[in-house]
Amino acid sequence: MKKNPKKLFLFLLILTIFVAVIDLPEKFVISIPWRGSVIQKEINPPNIDIGIGSLRFQKELKTHLGLDLAGGIHVALEADMKEIPVASRMEALESVRQVIERRVNFFGVSEPVVQHVRSGETYRVIVELPGVNDIEQALSLIGETAKLEFREVTENQESTQSAFLFPTLANTKSVDLSGKDLKKATVSFNSNNGEPEVAIEFTPDGGRKFADVTKRLVGKPLAIFLDETPLMWPTVKTEITDGTGVISGGFTFDQAKRLTLQLNAGALPVSVSVVEKRIVGATLGADSVARSVRAGLIGLGIVALFMILKYGWLGAYADMALLVYSLLTLALYRLIPITLTLPGIAGFILSIGMAVDSNILIFERFREEYRKGKPWAIAMELGFGKAWDSIRDANFTTIMTSIVLYNPGNWDFLPTSGLVRGFAATLFIGVVISLFTGIVVTRTFIRVLYRGPKGGKS
Amino acid sequence: MIRFSRYIWLYVLLSSFVLVPGVFSLFRWGLRPSIDFTGGTVLEVMTEKRIEESRIREFAKNHAIDLVDLSQNGKNGYTFRMKPASVEAVNAFQADLQKSTSGKFDVLKKDTVGPTIGNELLYKTVMASILVIIAILSYVAYAFKSVKFGVAAVASLVHDMLVMFGSFSILGHFAGVEVDTLFVTAFLTTMSFSVHDTIVIFDRIREYQKKDLRTNLADLSNIALTETIGRSLVNSFTIIFMLLSLVLMGGVTVRWFAMALLIGTITGTYSSPFIAVPVLLLLDKLEKNK
Repeated sequence: MKKNPKKLFLFLLILTIFVAVIDLPEKFVISIPWRGSVIQKEINPPNIDIGIGSLRFQKELKTHLGLDLAGGIHVALEADMKEIPVASRMEALESVRQVIERRVNFFGVSEPVVQHVRSGETYRVIVELPGVNDIEQALSLIGETAKLEFREVTENQESTQSAFLFPTLANTKSVDLSGKDLKKATVSFNSNNGEPEVAIEFTPDGGRKFADVTKRLVGKPLAIFLDETPLMWPTVKTEITDGTGVISGGFTFDQAKRLTLQLNAGALPVSVSVVEKRIVGATLGADSVARSVRAGLIGLGIVALFMILKYGWLGAYADMALLVYSLLTLALYRLIPITLTLPGIAGFILSIGMAVDSNILIFERFREEYRKGKPWAIAMELGFGKAWDSIRDANFTTIMTSIVLYNPGNWDFLPTSGLVRGFAATLFIGVVISLFTGIVVTRTFIRVLYRGPKGGKS
Repeated sequence: MIRFSRYIWLYVLLSSFVLVPGVFSLFRWGLRPSIDFTGGTVLEVMTEKRIEESRIREFAKNHAIDLVDLSQNGKNGYTFRMKPASVEAVNAFQADLQKSTSGKFDVLKKDTVGPTIGNELLYKTVMASILVIIAILSYVAYAFKSVKFGVAAVASLVHDMLVMFGSFSILGHFAGVEVDTLFVTAFLTTMSFSVHDTIVIFDRIREYQKKDLRTNLADLSNIALTETIGRSLVNSFTIIFMLLSLVLMGGVTVRWFAMALLIGTITGTYSSPFIAVPVLLLLDKLEKNK
């Protein structure tokens, strides 16, 4: 690398411009007065949309804010699995998750998180809804068990035959057959055309009711509602007495599977209870972001000034590297993406303080060597070389700690709290990037731009 | 060269100034665990008008809510901490509060943690701490391969740990500051900073030990400290600047987290030259007197 610092310098410049574009603020309006009129332009970070053949890579570049910043709710629901056989518990949990996800999508929340977590003998679903205001309503909707219901269409015969009829709660009535009566639903394949179907099996009691209903409704549609939303409305062909049925309708395998899950969810007697609930008002988040960002900027300014006062031109180069560091880190947050939480911002601010760490180690070594009478250029290279061991040692334990705190393996016995993770993620990225900028970037800047200390030997 | 080894009495004095009250408080009052670990509900509201404390207590009593703590932040901000209670009770309590005051009533934060989750989180946090401490200790063992240096490094870690837990015990008793998962995170992070400072100094001492076999350890450590103290301080200053601005100006929610990081960084910086090195010299003396 030493052969050609200029090439590296050019590369770093291009990289900086590239990441600066990624870091462009969102929805930031600039006004430029020009020949009497004002030109207004809204700035947004670019979105990646690359298509190579059939491969398509799309990414919206924006900062993802965690719940504590955007406001919203975090709920952990625990499923009561006492009555579910151990083997099918995971499946049951997955269907609970799917049902909740569908309910959540009802809110039109932009980035809901619904995930299931199994740790030991507990089965949970974690729901995160950023920016939701009506918290109580959201909670009551999430907490219910899926409600599967069979309803008959009450409007007259002609209109039910038309393809345009869309069953609603208003034009149908209950036939007293619900998810409780369903034993299970499975994916099966039509013996004639091999199309995927959904086979349903009722409990003995449900089977009797189903027989009555189908007898009464031959030739008429029977609508299936899930959580008061019509799922499908097949037409009953014959009376079904054996308590089983087949729902067909040109499903793909995935559709059939999803429907089975939904039906099973409605049918499964898994009750969920809220074990953890965190609600953050949007005002608190916005206020915290503004304050923390300001605190970060002030701190950054002080550190930058301090470096210049202490090390002169060298400090200025370290500050330039620090700028590259900040831009690069922010760009990575958007690219990976890292969900920013308040502790995450604290981690970022902390890592800025640590980023100049390696520069200080190097510059101090450089001064030592320079004082011993070595020419500055050699002293500088020696400084970089000798400081490396200390820098590596200094960052090793921090990297280890941040990995444990992040818990990448999702291990049961370690915390998976979003706040701790947010901090660990930004700290880890911060330390790794600072190794790059503190050493490679600063060294390149110095090699290309620095002309030696005033009055010094060269 | 500064003869650091002459002022050991000063370091003992300085450390005991912080350690004695801290450890006393730790034994006397303990730490104040947050609902992260105990389970319960924290409700934080902002109102336009003041609510009388007696009324708040009355509401809590009416709904059988065990109000552990009631604190006012700012002019009309209230934080209520309660033991685990039913959702209905908490909602009714909140509704009463809202009714009793006219004007705006904003719920800033409402956290409910079930008792099982609390226990689980406590267990997980302890596990994470043990894992990190094992990682740090094995790194120390690997880096030094010498019992003397290793024990001295661990002594400084124990010192830092006592300072952090002690000061948060005092803060908890007098300012109601709670210990939550973020505190533990801050603790583990600063432990890993602390150990690297010690490693830098010890590395220097051993570098000189190899070169110069005649000079005694005390003098060698004085030379090493004189050379590294500047960079140790400058280094920590940059971190301290960032954290200080976060403590003073950052959002309320991270204030104590930033404070924990700040205390940890300060004690971590202090303990390497002023605890680890004196302990090393002490151990060396004991070894020679045998």
